[in-house]
Amino acid sequence: MANTLDQIFVLLSRWIVSLLPVALQPLVGILLSVVAIIAVFPGLFALTTVLERKGLGRMQNRIGPNRTGPFGILQPVADGIKSLTKEDIIPTSADAVVHFIAPLVLVVAVFMGFAVLPMGRNMQLVDMDAGLLFFFAIGASTELSIFMAGWSSRNKYSLLGAMRAVAQMISYEVPLLMSTVAIVMITGSLSLVKIVEAQNQYTWGLPHWYIFTPWGFAGFVMFCIAATAETNRSPFDLPEGESELVAGYFTEYSGFKFALFFLGEYLGMFSISGLGTTLFLGGWSAPLQVLNFVPSWIWFFSKVMLSITVLIWIRGTLPRLRQDQLMNFAWKFVIPMTLLNLIVAAVWHFLGDGWLRWIVCSAILLGVYVIGGRVQMRGKKFGPRSYRYAE
Amino acid sequence: MNVVFWILAVITVLGGLTAVTLKNTVHCALAVTTAFAGLALLFLQLDAQFAGFAQILVYIGAVAILVVFAILLTRGSETPAEGVFSRTWFAGLLIAAAVFAVLGWAVLHSVAALPNESAAPAVTVLQIGTALMGRYVLPLEIVALLLTAAMLGAVIVAMHEKGEQK
Amino acid sequence: MLGEGILKGLKETARNALGSFVSADRLTTVEYPEQRVTLPEASRNFPFLVYDGTDWQAGLRCVACQICEKECPPKCIYIEKSKDKKPDHVGKMQIYPARFDIDISVCMSCQICVEVCPFEAIKMDKEFELATDDRFGGLLLDRHQLAKPNEYYHKIHPTEASQVDARLADEKAKAEAKAKAAAAAAAAPKPAAPASAATSAPAPKKEGEAS
Repeated sequence: MANTLDQIFVLLSRWIVSLLPVALQPLVGILLSVVAIIAVFPGLFALTTVLERKGLGRMQNRIGPNRTGPFGILQPVADGIKSLTKEDIIPTSADAVVHFIAPLVLVVAVFMGFAVLPMGRNMQLVDMDAGLLFFFAIGASTELSIFMAGWSSRNKYSLLGAMRAVAQMISYEVPLLMSTVAIVMITGSLSLVKIVEAQNQYTWGLPHWYIFTPWGFAGFVMFCIAATAETNRSPFDLPEGESELVAGYFTEYSGFKFALFFLGEYLGMFSISGLGTTLFLGGWSAPLQVLNFVPSWIWFFSKVMLSITVLIWIRGTLPRLRQDQLMNFAWKFVIPMTLLNLIVAAVWHFLGDGWLRWIVCSAILLGVYVIGGRVQMRGKKFGPRSYRYAE
Repeated sequence: MNVVFWILAVITVLGGLTAVTLKNTVHCALAVTTAFAGLALLFLQLDAQFAGFAQILVYIGAVAILVVFAILLTRGSETPAEGVFSRTWFAGLLIAAAVFAVLGWAVLHSVAALPNESAAPAVTVLQIGTALMGRYVLPLEIVALLLTAAMLGAVIVAMHEKGEQK
Repeated sequence: MLGEGILKGLKETARNALGSFVSADRLTTVEYPEQRVTLPEASRNFPFLVYDGTDWQAGLRCVACQICEKECPPKCIYIEKSKDKKPDHVGKMQIYPARFDIDISVCMSCQICVEVCPFEAIKMDKEFELATDDRFGGLLLDRHQLAKPNEYYHKIHPTEASQVDARLADEKAKAEAKAKAAAAAAAAPKPAAPASAATSAPAPKKEGEAS
């Protein structure tokens, strides 16, 4: 029974495919999974917009939207109708062709990233041998679309926002990739399915998720930082900061194209949370062995929604980082830590099983983190501000 | 020689052609990105997963961005006054034809030597990794050294400019 | 240690978010229009005319002296005097305003008209939900719309209204005392009558002007 529930979507798609002639079967099988992804994730996006607004409201001592439907649930419907009925303005001096295809490239690239995520047992769209590399390759294509959007608007603010966004995304691409290389080293495969299966083992009822190892925890923290920067999310949202750059690279977009950019950004958030879940939090595996009767896709989506909640929480807490501060942070702190993480993962592997490797690896990582932190904070005064008033 | 190959070939060649004939430099950069994408898809069609994805990651994700940054930060975004083709286009055409002839002869000569080869063996990332770390470790280290030297040079050039400005 | 501030901040926002469901001081939103914020007692918006009793025309305190019209800085008050007279709260016959218009789109709520009125006739109201779609006559209030009873004044400004009532009752008592003294003096014996009439005659007039 639990197994049927677990595989219910796989069985359903197989049954539908079996009703059709043999020639069409592979195509329809793939089409069904694609349609499922295109239906589920924008639905989650709609839910997330409400959750974000209400969550941010509660964190700021106010209620979020609560007039459109009970508890504001129908707010995305109102937002969607608003975006669709707004006039689509293209500035006269803008490059019409590039202006038009920029949001399309973004949305297509982001949707393609979902193809390799294993959302449950046997529930990935394609099981590629180099799945992780595919994901990062597609993620790198989104930078190009942001540049296209900013440049085609012929607007100084847009161009500035686009350059900043691209610089930020390139700088944080390196820690993103490097923090996952340790995982690949230990698992021995680039395939996301194999990574999840490697984490699906249990010792004394506790899972072998990579976040529960020292190098995995450090890698997860750095992955989170880099993922927040990659999706231009607070506190790294200077490129789209409303108070600095109007709306940054999507200043000149109105109506549905703006909605597409918004969709692309949130879907990017989902896909990178999905990747983080797969790599560090065990994908579709249950936290305790006794909970294996709950279907695997429920675990995957709960973990993704938990990551989204944490992202919203961080957005409500931290102030925006300045451009030079974030670049400094990336190149001078995060990248050396990721390199160290690689070495620590190798040490972990070669020390063999036992308690010694836990102590050694944790000690190295903690020590370098504390010392590195002190070096970064040297010469900076923290604490409450003191003011000097004119007499 | 199936349909997919022809479509991808057309995309790649068209991308390359438009990259040299368009007036707006940023359009040319985007067209060359399309050519890169076509190349990556050709690699994928030949079942070389690692090469295809690395092509996307490196060329489209880094080299194309570098090209557009270079166009923006220099004065390359102004359209050239004398048109796109230079006056010595005939010599360029001769050289390009010569290179094409040499490459074509090399490819056909090598394929002709093994006419009955069936599908190439699927190369996994594991095999690439083992080869890089085993047989080709020296070229790998030399390339790494070269890249480090290039990065240091870039940093020094940039720092030097700042010093001159002061 | 690096990152400590971030964790403290996260803890604080979590307390805010979860506390907003349980305690009122972590959720300060007032859901207008279902809930209203109580205005402070001394808040003011636009003026209104006070009347005593139940008949707004008979009990209207305003005597059309036009001091408020002259003192109003943006000149938003327009008064036309009446031809006949009616008794006021001490019994004297006074004229009353046949027309008393205030244009509240011009009024700047400075309260000068209230400060200069000698008869406690015009006071500040707290009503602010006066938006209308009639752009020409909707914000021009005439004397029927401006006249509100003394009980309403007590409801919105209790302390002020009690003080005003005390003052007016005081004047009424003094006027009645004067009238009784005048009546007693009139009924007194003849030799003292001219002297007391001479002394008591100018006194009520002075008191009438002063109040």
